[in-house]
Order: sequence, then structure tokens, then C-alpha cells
Amino acid sequence: MNNTLSTSLNKSASSQTIRLPDFSGSHLAKRYASERRFRILGIASVGVAGIILLILLSSIVSKGYSAFWLHKVELNITFSAEVLNPDGSTLEEVKLKQANYLALIHNALKEKFPAAVGNRRKIRMLYGMIAPKADLVLRDMVLSNPSLIGTTKKVLLKLSDDWDSLSKGFINRDLPESDRRIKDLEINWHDQLQSEGHIHSVFNADFFTTGDSRNPEEAGIYSSLIGSILTLTVTLLISFPLGVMSAIYLEEFAPNNRFIDFIEININNLAAVPSVVFGVLGLAVFLNFFGLPRSAPLVGGLVLALMTLPTIIIAARSALKAVSPSIREAALSLGASPLQVVTHHVLPMAMPGILSGTIIGMAQALGETAPLLMIGMVAFIVDIPRTFTDPATVMSVQVYIWSDSPERAFVERTSAGIMVLLGFLVLMNAAAILLRKRFEFRW
Amino acid sequence: MHTSIVVIGLIGFATIGYTIGRARAIMTVGGIVKDLHSIPSYYGYYTAIWIGVPSLVMLVIWLIVQPHVIDEVVMSDLPVSITQNLSTSEYSLLLNNIHNTANGSIFSRRNDPNIIAAAKQVNSLRQISFMLMASTVFCVGVSGLIFARNRISPVMRARNIVEKIINFILIISSLIAILTTLGIVVSLMFESVIFFTKIPLHEFLFGLNWSPQIAIHAEQVGASGAFGAVPLFAGTLLITFIAMLVAVPIGLMSAIYMAEYAKPRFRAFAKPMLEVLAGIPTVVYGFFAATTVAPAFRIAVQESVGLNTSSESALAAGVVMGIMIIPFVSSLSDDVIKAVPHSLRDGSYGLGATKSETIRLVVMPAALPGIVGALLLAVSRAIGETMIVVMAAGLTSNLTFNPFEAVTTVTVQIVTLLAGDQEFDSAKTLSAFALGMILFLITFALNLLALRVVRKYREHYE
Repeated sequence: MNNTLSTSLNKSASSQTIRLPDFSGSHLAKRYASERRFRILGIASVGVAGIILLILLSSIVSKGYSAFWLHKVELNITFSAEVLNPDGSTLEEVKLKQANYLALIHNALKEKFPAAVGNRRKIRMLYGMIAPKADLVLRDMVLSNPSLIGTTKKVLLKLSDDWDSLSKGFINRDLPESDRRIKDLEINWHDQLQSEGHIHSVFNADFFTTGDSRNPEEAGIYSSLIGSILTLTVTLLISFPLGVMSAIYLEEFAPNNRFIDFIEININNLAAVPSVVFGVLGLAVFLNFFGLPRSAPLVGGLVLALMTLPTIIIAARSALKAVSPSIREAALSLGASPLQVVTHHVLPMAMPGILSGTIIGMAQALGETAPLLMIGMVAFIVDIPRTFTDPATVMSVQVYIWSDSPERAFVERTSAGIMVLLGFLVLMNAAAILLRKRFEFRW
Repeated sequence: MHTSIVVIGLIGFATIGYTIGRARAIMTVGGIVKDLHSIPSYYGYYTAIWIGVPSLVMLVIWLIVQPHVIDEVVMSDLPVSITQNLSTSEYSLLLNNIHNTANGSIFSRRNDPNIIAAAKQVNSLRQISFMLMASTVFCVGVSGLIFARNRISPVMRARNIVEKIINFILIISSLIAILTTLGIVVSLMFESVIFFTKIPLHEFLFGLNWSPQIAIHAEQVGASGAFGAVPLFAGTLLITFIAMLVAVPIGLMSAIYMAEYAKPRFRAFAKPMLEVLAGIPTVVYGFFAATTVAPAFRIAVQESVGLNTSSESALAAGVVMGIMIIPFVSSLSDDVIKAVPHSLRDGSYGLGATKSETIRLVVMPAALPGIVGALLLAVSRAIGETMIVVMAAGLTSNLTFNPFEAVTTVTVQIVTLLAGDQEFDSAKTLSAFALGMILFLITFALNLLALRVVRKYREHYE
């Protein structure tokens, strides 16, 4: 045997030179170096992904954190009777509602900066300090307490968005005056007010309690939050039962034939159809064919339900598959009908998995934007939606709308909106993970 | 809101029906439950189904028919002078006016007394219709209850009947997926066919000029109404290509590292991190691309090359889209790499190969079909991605392969053509459906191919 091996070796040696193992180690060192390089490349790509995530989050936070605060100026407002009640007759509520509260603010400003009086350009600048609709604060004060009339009181009033940016230090003072939205005179006034301690930084509660507005200082996320909740309610009510039922059928009862194969391929494909196509579907079917109202959470919820259905079906099927067959066999042997096996035993055991899959599907739906643009949810909605057919918008679309606005203060609002949106996503995903960890049955 | 009250009422009614049916079944056997064919609760379900299902079907039919009937009645009651000689679009405009006035919408301050009268009529008809609907649905429910209650007897096989019905409902709900696909195809096809009767197919597929504005008058500038989609396809391909250039190396290498090298503790930290990247909404990526990445690229290019670039560029959109796809590529390839049998690796180690040599020369070739499938899925996702390109890539069609210029994509055009008000008889709106059709077909084909490749690959090693 030894002989035959050596002859065959000799034979091949005659046709080609034998490559001897490299014992010098130089080749080996090269191979090890390439091994190290490969490894570093691997860890570097994971690192790059992590760094990008960090950059993304920190850029959002650094742009958006300031939107949770805003600045107010303290003014000595004189609720003078001449302004509020010019004809001197008895005060009625209707009259107080229509009185000129803006004049009170303007008087206070003129009193504070008498130098500006007489110059129309300066006066306009001065009036621009206060946010529009700040007079409504005064109106509410007077309406709730009419005895204020005739007195003077210190009142905190919201600064306009440009002044707020100045207070937050976002205005570059080194730029030439013509390139700035805030002029030198305004900066002087601002610095004077600040050094006198009249400018206060307060929590921006309005951001969480109001709807959209053309003025960034008035714009809030609340109406779109309610819109999101309404929309997701519709989505959940439709996609959860439908998804679970079709998963049960496909996993537990479906015969093994071509038609069922077709359904399965279809579901997998549907999961990868671009979301914008679902928007077109919603437009053509729900709006044009069924005549449902535009911009309504009902339609948005329907479209998102069709989108999340495949996700829920796939998650529910894998949860059902994970339940051990022994459970089914035991139940069947005790005389349960196939449906009883599923509803009494398999489904309860699979429920944590199904629910966590559903929550992840809902989280996707919460962040979805493109299909909703097509069914009119991109409208400018100030009112808080109350029902499923009111015009509404959702948080992700609100972010998109704000990102389109040029004002500096809207960039801030956009990032803050994103932070709220991401907060909800984190909560939902944490709930899904918790559910899976706490309740999932391990075999 | 009224409708939801009816639905809640129905649910309550069905619950009451359940207890009635259950009690009735127990009563028929004089309290000796074992004499019943099924457990008492099945008789309850039987009754509840007889109450709930017919009345719910009635409700849905009513809701679909009601608006059309009301419209017909109102329009026929309008003076003939108004409704005469109206084209379809004028007719629907008039209807819209009436509806807006009826809803008290602020956008319709029309003082036409006819419209106000019609709106009042709409409101009163709606109210009448609601009362009629509620009572009809209730009557249907009651007759269902009576019918079911009379049929309950000890020998009735309530469980079998209920299970048959539930089985039927399960089948119906698993057909929804097919209905959705069918709905997509039909709705896209319907409008696309109309579009292609106006614009020939070859002009759409091979035309080099895209400018969907239709001129209102002959000499209008920039409104040629050209529907050549090649610039859109080129823009989509350019951005997809850039995205894949970013996503494939990073995604693939992280998948390899996670599957082959990483210790469990590192995996436990790195995998959720990639999942976070996958869970961020696309609108956030779009904002990131438009406000952080695009300006950074512009400054970098200006300083290094001295080129003046537009604020919207294919590069920024493509790179951010690539970032979005990284977790997609890495998790799919991770699965594929893990599915390669360990015996192959062991054989390679036994011959003295290093780990990286094993991965490059043994594991990768073995996993190649699966990875190709994963990449095809990633390409399909990149082609269909919308928000990033809407926010960062631009709107002007531009037949170029320069990544620093603004390009537009198929999805961007669909969104800009369909978001907002549309007229459904103009080629401009219809072209969005044709684009949607193309998009759907391409992604569908890619997905089908990818799923097939991945499935074949799995079978190969199982």
C-alpha cells in the first residue's frame, strides 16, 4: 500500500512540481494578518452602524430638546378701563370677549421702550416681540376675573418664534445685520430685558396640549397624537382579529393543497409590497369606490390594517407553530374537538407571542407616513379630532408637515415631534419584549 | 359616531342572546345538562351568531347603500333648472357643496338657498335613515333570536353548527390577503388602462422627458405634459444603487461578524442596536437626510471639489436609505449564514483553513443563493421606499447619473401627484396609477424571485 502511494506521488510529481508546505512562517503570518483584517472589518461595520445610530439620535435630540422650553417676557400690563371699555358703559361678557387686548400689550411695550414710539419701523419691530395670540391670555385672565380692570399686573407673555430663537441662542449675532431675522435694535432690547431679569424660560406645555398652527410658537403635537390613537385603534380592531383568525386557519386547519400555498405566498409577498402602493389602494378603493371621507382616521386605520395584516399573520403563525404538538394531542385524546383544542389550549399558550408580534406591527403602523399622505391625512388640522370620521392627521405625518416649513422654530418642533414619536415606539417595543420575556412558555 | 352606538348595541344584544340561548337549552332538558347534545354555552353561541351575523350584514349593506339613496333623493328634489345639463364633474361638485354645507364645514359658505335647502334635506334624511337603520337592524336581530330560540332542542347539534360557522369565518379571514392583492391589482389596472389610452405605453416606458403638468392654455411655459418615465426609473436606480453600495458591505460584514465571530454578550448588545435602526420610522430618516446629511455632504463637496451642488441630492437620499436597509440586509443574511451546516465549516477547519478563509471560501459560496435572495428583497425595499426620497431627493426629473444632483423617483412622483386634490380624468393623476402599477409589478417580481431563491436554498440544507 505504501508502494502504490509513492508511485502515484511520483507520477504526479513528474507532471507538475509538488508544492511543499511552507514552514518558514511568512505565508502563515500573511494569512493571520488577513484573518485579523477580516475580523476588524466585521467589527468595524457593526461599529459604523452603531455610530450612525448615535449620530442620528443625537442630531435629533440636539435639534429638538429646546422645543420643550420656551421663553416668556414679563410685562407690566395695565388693564386700563379706557381700552377695554371705551364707551364707559356697563361691562358685559360679550363686550369683554371682543375687547382689544392687543392694545394692552402694545401700551405696555411702548411704556417699556419709549424710544421706539414715533418710528413706525421700530414700533413694528417692538410689537413683533410678542407671539401672536398672546392677547388671548389676557382675555382669559379678564374674563375669569373682571375685577382686574383698572389694575396693573405683571404678566408672562410668550415671545414670538424669532425672539424665542434669540433667547435660546440660535441667532448668530456675528452675521451682518441684513442676513439676520433679528436686527441689532431687537438684540439690544432683548439684552436689556434679559439683564433686568424679565425673560423667563418655562416648560412648553402648549406643545402637548394644542394642535397644529401656522405659527411655530403655537404649534403642538396633541391633535396628531389623538389622530394617531384613533387611527391605530381602527388598525388594531381590524388587523388583530383578522390576522389571528387567518393564522389559526392556515396553521391549524388548512388542508395541504395548492390554493393554501398560493395564499401563503401571497401573504409573504404582501409583506414586502411598498407602503406607497397601499396608499394608492386606499385612495382608489376606500375613497373613490366606497366614498369614505378623506383625511379620516377610519380610512387611515383601514389602510394601515391591510399593511400590518401580513406582519401579524406571520408572527401569529410562528407563535402557533411554537406550541408543542403534545398539547394538541393530549387535548384531542381527551375528547376536545379540533376547534376546542385551538381555543382552549393552543391559542392561550401562543397569545404572548401573538401579542408581541401585534405590538411590533402597531409600532410599524405608528411610524408609517407615505400611504397616509395619499388619503388626505396630510391636511392642516388645527382641531382635535373626536371621532373616527373627523379630519385628522397622525404624528408621523405631522412631523413631515413641520419638516416642510422653513422657520427655524419649526425645525425645533419637528425634532421634538420625532422625539415624542420615538418615545412611543420605544414604549411599544419595550412592552413587546417584556411580554415575550415574561409570559412566553419555554418548552 | 351614531353607527358605533348601533354596533355597541348589537354586541350587547348578542351577549344577551347568548344567555337566553344558554338558559333555553338548559330549560329544554329540565336542568339535566348531560341530556343535551352539546355543552349549553354552544347553544348560547348559536343564538348569539343568529342575532349578530344577519344584523351586522344588514348594517353594512345599509351603510353602503344609504349615501347613494340620499344623494339620489336630494338631487331629484332640486329644481330641474339646476340639475339640468350638468356634466359628471359639475354634478359631483354640486353634491360636494351640498355635503359640505350639510356637515357645517367652514369651507363652504355658499348662500345659494337651493343648496342650503338641499343640505337641510340631507341632514333630515340622514337622521331618518339612521332611525330606520337602527330599528331595521334591531328587528333583524330579534327575528334571529326568535328563530334560533325556537330551533334549540336537546338533539340539536349546536357545537357542530357553531364550529362549522367559525371554520367558515376563519377561511374568509384568510382570504383577506388575497382580496388585498386583488384590490391592489384591480385598482391600479383600472386607472392605468385609462392612462394608457391617453398616453401610449411605449412613450411612457421609453420616453426621456417627464413633466406631468398639463398645459391649461397653449403657450404656458413648462407644462408640456410629457410622460416619459425613463428619468424616474433612472433616478430610482441611481438612489437604489447608492443605497446598496452603503447597505451591502456594512450589512453583510456585520452579519458575518455577528454569526461567526461575536460572543453571545456582544450579540446581546449589537443585535438590539441593529433592530433599533430598523424600527426608526422612515419619516425620521427623511428628516435626518434632509437636515443633517445633505447639508454635510454639500459642504464637504464644496470644500473638497469646489463644486456647487444642490441642497437636494441623490447621494444624501441614497446614503440614508442605505443606512435604513443595513439592519434588513444584516438580519436576513445572518439567518442565511447560520443555516449553513456546521459540517462544512468543520471540514474546512480540518484542512487547516483560518476562520476568515473558511468564511470566504466555504461559508459564503454555500450561502450565496440565500444572500442573493436577501439582497433582492433589500433592493425591492429600496425601490419602494418613499419618505426618504420625498424629503431628500427632490422633485425635478433629471436624467443624470451624477449623484450630487437632485433626481426624482417613481415613489416621489406617486406621492406628489396623489397627495392633495386630484382630478380623475387628467392624465396627470392617472399617470401616478401607471407608475404605481410599474412599481408594484417590479417589487412583486423581485419578492417572488427572492422568496423562491431563499426557499430553494433552505430546502437544500434541510
